[in-house]
Amino acid sequence: MSPASLVFREIMHRRISFVLGTMAIAVSVVCLVGALAVLESFDRATDKQLGEMNAETEKILKAHEDEIRKAMKGLGFNIHIYPDAQDLAEIYSKGYGLETMPESYVSKLADSDIVTVNHLLPRLTQMVEWPEGDASVLLFGVRGEEPIAFRGANRKGELIDPVAKGEIALGYELHHRRKIITGDSIVFRGRKFNVGKTHERRGGIDDITAWASLSVVQEMLGKPGKINSILALECNCESLDRLGEVVSEIKSILPNTQIIEVESKALARAQARNGAKSLRLRDKEKFLDDRESLRATREGFTNVLSILVASLSLIWIAYLTSSNVRERIMEIGTLSAIGVGFSRLLLVILSRAVLMGICGTFLALVFLALSGKLIWHIDVFERVAFGFYGWIGLIMSVPLLSCAAAWLPAFTGAQRAPAEILRND
Amino acid sequence: MTDSRAGNPVARASALRKIYGESPDPVVALDEVSLQVHAGEFLAVCGPSGCGKSTLLLTIGLLLRPDAGDLEIADQNIAELSPSRQSSFRAQNIGFVFQDFHLIPYLNVLENVLVPTLAQPLSDASARAEMLLEEMGLAARHDHLPSELSAGERQRTALVRALMLRPRLILADEPTGNLDRENADCVLNHLAHYSEVGGAVVMATHDEGAMMRAGRRVLMDKGRIVGSDDGGNKR
Repeated sequence: MSPASLVFREIMHRRISFVLGTMAIAVSVVCLVGALAVLESFDRATDKQLGEMNAETEKILKAHEDEIRKAMKGLGFNIHIYPDAQDLAEIYSKGYGLETMPESYVSKLADSDIVTVNHLLPRLTQMVEWPEGDASVLLFGVRGEEPIAFRGANRKGELIDPVAKGEIALGYELHHRRKIITGDSIVFRGRKFNVGKTHERRGGIDDITAWASLSVVQEMLGKPGKINSILALECNCESLDRLGEVVSEIKSILPNTQIIEVESKALARAQARNGAKSLRLRDKEKFLDDRESLRATREGFTNVLSILVASLSLIWIAYLTSSNVRERIMEIGTLSAIGVGFSRLLLVILSRAVLMGICGTFLALVFLALSGKLIWHIDVFERVAFGFYGWIGLIMSVPLLSCAAAWLPAFTGAQRAPAEILRND
Repeated sequence: MTDSRAGNPVARASALRKIYGESPDPVVALDEVSLQVHAGEFLAVCGPSGCGKSTLLLTIGLLLRPDAGDLEIADQNIAELSPSRQSSFRAQNIGFVFQDFHLIPYLNVLENVLVPTLAQPLSDASARAEMLLEEMGLAARHDHLPSELSAGERQRTALVRALMLRPRLILADEPTGNLDRENADCVLNHLAHYSEVGGAVVMATHDEGAMMRAGRRVLMDKGRIVGSDDGGNKR
C-alpha cells in the first residue's frame, strides 16, 4: 500500500467533492486566463485600429503631399525676386513690373549654396502690342531653369520647359480666336516664330501671354542682359516659418533685391496639410487616451474578477478540505494509531488538494484550448501574454495555491491526537 | 501453555497517572496504575464503562502521554522517544483492534490489511496478508469493501491488520463489543492463539465471556486497578 494508491482510492470514493473542487479551480484558471485573453484581444483589436488609423493618416498626408507638390509645380510656393527699385504696387496692379536687374543675378544665386530654393527662373516681362494679331500681349521672356550648381546630380528636375529660340508659346485668347495651332508659323512684331505650344484656358493674364526665349525677348524689347524678376519655385515649405528662412537666405546673396511671395494658395495648402496632420495626430492621441482609459477600466474589472474568483475558489478548496478532514477523522485517527506519522498523514490529505489543482488547471487548459478561438478568437496558448514560462508557472502555482488553501484544515486534521478520536471511555 | 510471565515484560507501566480536564473538576482517568504484560500473555482489563480501561490501552499504545509515571514497551522507555519516533515505534511494536473496527471504507479487505505498510514497509506484505486472511477465513473476501462484510468479518479484518507488522503487543479495546457470540468467540480464539505463539495481548472488556478467555484479568474502577486474579497491584 502506497500513499498514492490511498489518495487515489479516497478520491474515487469521494469523487463528488473532488470534482467540485476541481471545477472551482478550473473556473478560476479560466477566469484568470480569460481575463488576460480579453485584455490581449482588446489590445490586438485596438492595435489593429491604430494601425489602420496610422495607415489612413499616412494616406491622407501622402495625398496632401501630392496635392501640394502639384500645387507647387503649378503655382508653387513661389518667391518673386524683384529689383529694389521696383514699385510693388505696379506688380500688384498690373501683374508685372518694368524695373530691371542684371540677368547675372540668377547665376549668382544659382552658384551660391542656397538650400531653401529648388528652381530658379529668370524672366523679362512687358505688355506689348501685337500689330499682326491686333492684340495687346504680355510678352514673357523665359530662359528655362538655371541649374543650382552645388546640388550637381542631385538637383531637382526642371519644372518649366524653356522655350527654344524661334519658337513661341501662346495663351488661350491669343491662339483660340485666330485658330492658331501648334506647328503654325506666325509673325509677332515683325519676327517669324514657330508656334511651339498653345495653352488651355487658365482664366487669367496667362491667356493673353506669349512666351518666347529670354534672349529673343531681351532683343525685341531692347533690354539685353536684363531681367525683371526671378521666379523661385518649390521653396522648401514643410513648415510655415520656413518662409522667413527663404527670404533671409536670398537677401544674403542678392542684397539689392526685394522678395515677395505672390501666391498664397500653396501656403494655404501647406497650412491645410499641417492642420490635417495635427488633426489626425490629435485624433490618434485621443484614441490612445481612450484606449488606455478603457483598458485600465477593463484591466481593473478583470483583476477584481480574477482575484474574487480565485479567492472564492481557494476558500472553497479550504472548505472542501475541511469537510474532507471531518469526514475522514476516524480514518485519520486509525492511521495515526497504526503508526502513520504526521508528515505522511499531511501528505495524504494535501495530495487531494494538489490533485484538484492539477486536474482543475488541466481541465481549464483543455477548455481554453477548445473554446479560445470560439470565444476570444485567439489561440490562448500561443497568444495570451503568459509565454512558455508563464504557462509552466501557472501549472505549478495553481496546485501550490490549492495546497496552501488546504493547508490549515489539513494541518489541523493531521495534528489531531488519535486518542481524542478513538477513545472509548 | 508455558509460563508466560518469565523474562522481561513486553509492556511495563509504573504508577501511570492521567487526568482529563483542569481544576476545579479534573477527571482522574488513571490513578497510579502499574502493570506488566509479558510475551505470551493474554491479559484482560475489566471494569465498568468510564473506569479507565480505554485510557490505559491508549496510554500503553502511546496514543496518550501520561501525566506521571513510567512506561516501557519492548525495553524502550517511551518518555525518551520523540513524537515522530513514537509513531514508527508504535507501527513496529503495537497493533490495535477497536470495538468499531475502524476499517477504511473505500479500501477493500486486502488493502485495509495492507494499510500498516504505509507506516512501515514490509517486504512480504502481500504474501503475509494473503496468509493471514486465509487463516482468518477471509480469503474469499479480500476484494470486498468493509460495507460488504459482516461485523465478524470486519473485526477479523481489523485483527489481520493489527497482526500485519508482527507486533509484540496487541491492544484490543472491546473487540467483541459489536459482535455476536459466535463471532466474538472467533476473534477471542485468534487473540488467544496470538498470545500462545509468543505475542502479548491486552484486551479491555466488560464482557464476562471475553474476560474468561484471557489468561489473566485485572479489574479497574475509577482509574485504579482494584483487583487482579494473580493478586498483583491490588490496592
